[in-house]
Amino acid sequence: MPKLTIDGKEIEVPGGLTVLQACELAGVEIPRFCYHERLSVAGNCRMCLVEMGQAPKPIASCAMPAGDGMVIRTDTPVVKKARQGVMEFLLINHPLDCPICDQGGECDLQDQAMAFGVDHSRYQENKRAVPEKYMGPLIKTIMTRCIHCTRCIRFATEIAGVEEMGALNRGGHVEITTLEKAIDSELSGNLIDVCPVGALTSRPYAFTARSWELRKTNSVDALDAVGSNIRVDARGREVMRVLPRLHEDVNEEWISDKTRYACDGLARQRLDRPYLRKDGRLRPVSWDEAFRAIAARLDGLDGGKIAALAGDLCDAESMLALKDLMAALGSPHLDCRQDGAKIGAKIGGAGPRAGYLFNTTIAGIERADAALLVGTNPRHEATLVNARLRKRFLMGGFRVGLIGAPCDLSYPVDTLGAGPETLSELAAGTGAFAEVLTAAERPMIVLGMAALARPDGAAVLHLARALAEKFGMIGEDWNGFNLLHGAAARVGGLDLGFLPGDGGRDRDGILDGVHGGDIEVVYLLGADEIDMARLGPNAQEGAFVIYQGHHGDAGAHRADVILPGAAYTEKNGTYVNTEGRVQLGRLAVSPPGEARADWTILRALSEVVGQRLPYDDLGALRQRLVAVNPVFAAVDRVEAAPWGEFGEQGKLDGAPFGVAVENYYMTDPISRASETMASCAEVFGSGRAGEATGTDG
Amino acid sequence: MLRDQDRVFTNLYGQDDWRLRAALGRGVWDGTKGMIALGRDGIVQVIKDSELRGRGGAGFPAGLKWSFMPKESDGRPRYLIVNADESEPGTCKDREILRNDPHRLLEGCLVAGFAMGASACYIYVRGEFYREAERLSQAIEEAYEAGLIGKDACKSGYDYDIHVHRGAGAYICGEETALLESLEGKKGQPRLKPPFPAAMGLYGCPSTINNVETIAVAPEILRRGAAWWAGLGRPKNTGTKIFSLSGHVERPCTVEAVMGIPLKELIETHAGGVRGGWDNLLAVIPGGSSVPLLPKSICDSVLMDFDSLREVKSGLGTAAVIVMDKSTDVVAAIANLSHFYMHESCGQCTPCREGTGWMWRVMTRMVEGRAGVAEIDSLLDVTYQVEGHTICALGDAAAWPIQGLIRHFRPELERRIIDYKTSGAPAGASQAGASQAAAE
Repeated sequence: MPKLTIDGKEIEVPGGLTVLQACELAGVEIPRFCYHERLSVAGNCRMCLVEMGQAPKPIASCAMPAGDGMVIRTDTPVVKKARQGVMEFLLINHPLDCPICDQGGECDLQDQAMAFGVDHSRYQENKRAVPEKYMGPLIKTIMTRCIHCTRCIRFATEIAGVEEMGALNRGGHVEITTLEKAIDSELSGNLIDVCPVGALTSRPYAFTARSWELRKTNSVDALDAVGSNIRVDARGREVMRVLPRLHEDVNEEWISDKTRYACDGLARQRLDRPYLRKDGRLRPVSWDEAFRAIAARLDGLDGGKIAALAGDLCDAESMLALKDLMAALGSPHLDCRQDGAKIGAKIGGAGPRAGYLFNTTIAGIERADAALLVGTNPRHEATLVNARLRKRFLMGGFRVGLIGAPCDLSYPVDTLGAGPETLSELAAGTGAFAEVLTAAERPMIVLGMAALARPDGAAVLHLARALAEKFGMIGEDWNGFNLLHGAAARVGGLDLGFLPGDGGRDRDGILDGVHGGDIEVVYLLGADEIDMARLGPNAQEGAFVIYQGHHGDAGAHRADVILPGAAYTEKNGTYVNTEGRVQLGRLAVSPPGEARADWTILRALSEVVGQRLPYDDLGALRQRLVAVNPVFAAVDRVEAAPWGEFGEQGKLDGAPFGVAVENYYMTDPISRASETMASCAEVFGSGRAGEATGTDG
Repeated sequence: MLRDQDRVFTNLYGQDDWRLRAALGRGVWDGTKGMIALGRDGIVQVIKDSELRGRGGAGFPAGLKWSFMPKESDGRPRYLIVNADESEPGTCKDREILRNDPHRLLEGCLVAGFAMGASACYIYVRGEFYREAERLSQAIEEAYEAGLIGKDACKSGYDYDIHVHRGAGAYICGEETALLESLEGKKGQPRLKPPFPAAMGLYGCPSTINNVETIAVAPEILRRGAAWWAGLGRPKNTGTKIFSLSGHVERPCTVEAVMGIPLKELIETHAGGVRGGWDNLLAVIPGGSSVPLLPKSICDSVLMDFDSLREVKSGLGTAAVIVMDKSTDVVAAIANLSHFYMHESCGQCTPCREGTGWMWRVMTRMVEGRAGVAEIDSLLDVTYQVEGHTICALGDAAAWPIQGLIRHFRPELERRIIDYKTSGAPAGASQAGASQAAAE
């Protein structure tokens, strides 16, 4: 514990800190541009210079290890002059086009120029201009504004793991550059956040709003099961952008590109009023008419002929309301696993929670020393989990094996095989990777949905469980058994038991039941990822489909009644991420038109069908949620889930594991409606990332 | 005057053959095994006692530098790196060693490497020194064949390899940590210190980087004893030094002379004097382009060693003496250097990247007088904003020549500005006579 004196104040700091960090602990703010606590130290901006003891020159505090007995001064004329000097240098070639810069108002250069600069420049020469670089559909470059801090290069190389950025030339001619193709990373949007100036800004957001006009709402992301903490910036009724919010245990300070950029999909293809299919065509109707049509169809219908499926974006409250409504109607047929994953298979309950959670936790990955990925591509299914795996890899001593479709995860992976037979061999202890797992102190296994959403999914799950026990993945303070979900709603749905009840049908049972005529009414709560053809062509030759959701996607096209709901930015809702972490999403904007928060729609419908649900406000519903499963009370707390029996011993299929996410940029109704995601899919999906004219910025 | 028997570089001009046979005749590789027998600490102690200071420019005591290498091995290999990226304008001393006496350098590589426990040595040769690198490689081959280096070098039981690496022609790669980056195959940009190379150098292993001349004189010191070397020159500024004399002298030359020789004597004895006589002298840059120039008044009496030149706010640098007579447009000369530093700045850190360009742009206007008088002070202030605020010393090197110019030739700068204001025409070099007035 070195003890140093900072501006005359003695402070003891933990070992291994830099002088800059020590100064922060002492409550002294040190200006910086290149230093970023999650990136390697570059020490090139020279803004953080401080005076140290008898040193003849000021030192860069970001790069100097704090040592015992150091005397640091940050308030001397030398330091002040040094900061002003660096600030002046940074500004001589900066265009100072703040009024037309999207970074304006949230720019480190602006802020620090105000705090540490002087009010004029002595520079009378011409300024430098730098050609724009092509970085794909997400990032807009105005490289003349660049101050060469190299944060972007370090982020791309270290965090994202794509060596596609670098600096060309020397001296005043230095240019940050790319390979003149779109940055091939799902984390590329974070480059905008790490850029301290307006050199890298959001392309879709360009010139749409000023940061101070935006209403900021802290929320959580629902487009994957990571539950990234986000801030939703809205103006009026429109979500303008989504930014990451710090959560060390989940997303640190990064978010994936889909989380960040799919928000333009919230304004497109929206269901903003109820519809009813009349004479084969969907026609706008009033809420009352829509509800009465449903009531009429349900009237006298046996509860056993009704079924419900919940989609991937649902909040826990609406799923519980639907579950309660189904129970009141006498239907046991409900399922939240629209991909058909064989998890939580115990009838009438979800089985032990450890059987469907990412038990290691995302932050816990950093403690693991070997990982086996089974049927998963975490880069596409949960980008931030993959970023954490890469972070762990960079710490050293971390072997990763993969059973499934080969993929580039941004760190080296031993591809062991393609299907369940490799998993069985490994579980039997054969193969080189078995030795890695045996030798590891804290090994982990990650099962993706591609390994479980298949007919033999329950057997794979059982086998994986056996493997985890065999290799000592389950211990006192370590649980290395993980399911990696792709759907934000999934763990919440399993936790509250949105699963077939006694004698109830699962997804396939319901869809088969429609075909056989046993199921007549299907309630789709935002469920768009099922094969709609299996619901029959229309209400006469198939099921009567009630679709409650927010986008005119697959479900709405087949629906007989459409009830317009709210997207995740438009309601207060509870989501449980893949770790089992309960988090609250918050309303940032109102739902469009006549759309309403989903649980209120179900509550209103329950009254019309004569099965009034017993909660009149969100508080009462949340009390009911906690009563159903106490985990919902533990917001943002992850507690170790009890281990138990799950999965089913069975015959394994020989087929290789598939791919859970075919197109990263189009996984749900919101991203499918997003123009930005569409252009990404075009650029990255078709391998056309190399096509750049350089003048199309 | 340096006695002939005290000369280290007896083939500086290539009058004798450079190959091993001739080198042996000159006493190179003589008793090398005995030097190694002194042991690591023994060698370092001799070098410390000799007060040899690094010949690359900064003048850091060589023995002390070698002693920074960890005493105990932690399993990592260690490296000696010889900086033969001689790029400082005006300097041409290492080149002569590489050309005409490569074996002297190789012998030095072995004993210095042994003294720091290095297993291999890399000689980073300036890219433009194509023939020199070729000759050095041949010399290495000869030394391997003769068993002087390689396995059981000089039958001392010590294994030692020497590799030549050619640079690609960037001045900054002569900065020791940028050289390491370049040697590792990366872009030549200086590293932050700490960690210092002795702890984390090439490939993260303990490394020491020394100038060619420093390494090349080491065996001779070991052969003749520290007292001999320390007896040459002045205390703390000992031994012999190769000076490169260029510019407005009668016979530009590279010459080995004793440290602390008076500048006037150096120029008059070895270079045939200033063109047009000593009184025609305007200024001298005494240590390569990086150090501040000295006006004639100081040149009259200054001694050529580290401490004497520091006292007059200049430096010995690489001992490249650039002589300028009164026909010189001294402002344009310094502006030319400013352009060089702008061109060679690596662009990594802010003050140097932005400051070198700024300084050059102002200097180009100063040459014509197209500026305000107040800009002289603002230019000086900019140089102080660069100096000492950068990762490496290139920022300092860019600032010092301008500081020297303003310190000694401010009236000349002012005259040009006033002339331009009154006549509206750029000042030319023809008024160089006034420069002299300014200097005195």
